[in-house]
Amino acid sequence: MRKLDRKQMAARVARDIPEGAYVNLGIGLPTLVADYLPSGREIILHSENGILGIGPKPPDVEVDEDLINAGKEPVTLLTGGCYFHHADSFAMIRGRHLDFAVLGAFQVSVLGDLANWHTGAPDAIPAVGGAMDLAVGAKQVLVMMELLTRDGKSKIVERCSYPLTGARCVNRIYTDLAVIDVKPDGLHVVDMVEGLSFDELQRLTGVRLNRLATAA
Amino acid sequence: MINKLVPSPEAALADVPDGATVMIHGFGTAGMPSKLIDALIAQGARELTIVNNNAGNGDTGLAALIKARRVRKILCSFPRQADSWHFDAQYRSGEIELELVPQGTLAERIRAAGAGIGAFFTPTAYGTKLAEGKETRRIGDRDYVLEYPINADYALIKADRADRWGNLTYRKSARNFGPIMAAAARTTVVQVRETVELGELDPEVIVTPGIFVKRIVKH
Repeated sequence: MRKLDRKQMAARVARDIPEGAYVNLGIGLPTLVADYLPSGREIILHSENGILGIGPKPPDVEVDEDLINAGKEPVTLLTGGCYFHHADSFAMIRGRHLDFAVLGAFQVSVLGDLANWHTGAPDAIPAVGGAMDLAVGAKQVLVMMELLTRDGKSKIVERCSYPLTGARCVNRIYTDLAVIDVKPDGLHVVDMVEGLSFDELQRLTGVRLNRLATAA
Repeated sequence: MINKLVPSPEAALADVPDGATVMIHGFGTAGMPSKLIDALIAQGARELTIVNNNAGNGDTGLAALIKARRVRKILCSFPRQADSWHFDAQYRSGEIELELVPQGTLAERIRAAGAGIGAFFTPTAYGTKLAEGKETRRIGDRDYVLEYPINADYALIKADRADRWGNLTYRKSARNFGPIMAAAARTTVVQVRETVELGELDPEVIVTPGIFVKRIVKH
């Protein structure tokens, strides 16, 4: 069995983003997806701080401190891109105008509850940013995370133990071992890495999984 | 003749009292009005309530205001960052109160204040810790949380160009909270890169109309 590395996970998500989609990529791992979007497709990336049409990172000499993404990294603007203020930006999010939000996660429950903003530790300083708006607002919420924690526990859980970002909001989970859909009747495995059996995946996650009807 | 230009950041902020609520434009450092913040530090107002997306980066701007111990409370969506050490220390010691607000709710509460809206229902944060104790309502097939506007005494804004009537344009993603904060505060003070004659700003591209602006400082 070969786990996908972070770049392979990003490429796997990118493969599923169709031509013409408006997409918000969360801070961290999801940001990598931008590097793997097929060059033949026109896909428009949104940023919370008022950008549609984010382009690639600029070379150092062309960095402009007034042009940054939600992770506060320098970016560029594609031809046809535009700027707008924060209330408009979140109208796009909350008003169901974005086709996809790709978000990192600490945990996702079998019902599609998402926990990704706070570990709940008493000494942690909480920070939420736009995560709760994206969770309720995007037409499709895609989660991208490693399936297991460092000590081997599944991040797909019966019930989230961390504080929720949104309830019943996740549509699909991309992990380093499998892609899993969240549907009203439970979790459905879309694909798995080579060499991983359904039974082994079922054992690792510890929650009830359904085989995809078309899976071989 | 209307002339909103004032000679210095110090003159623009001389009347800020202790205990004022001050909105500070910017997302990280993009759009942060550093010259105005420096003048606010020099001016000496204390016990301020600050509204910003973050809680300061590094040692300058909003971070310097926090470091100078002028901030009693901060409303923001994303305080914890790799370089938010001044906030982190005062939050942990209990010197600063934090009201954590989801970013879209923060923007809409500011927008609502400027637009004269009494309250609004948003789906964001329903069923989470950040909605605990708040009024909720089911409308159609969705659940919503009741949120109230954030009014401010002052807004400190950084814009790109202004004329003497206070019409503003911004630059790239440094626009962020500027237009909505300008409308939400009783006294909006703007630092700009360039001032121009009336008529030089294309009326089709003015982002903040001068009605929302009280004072302009060229830095």
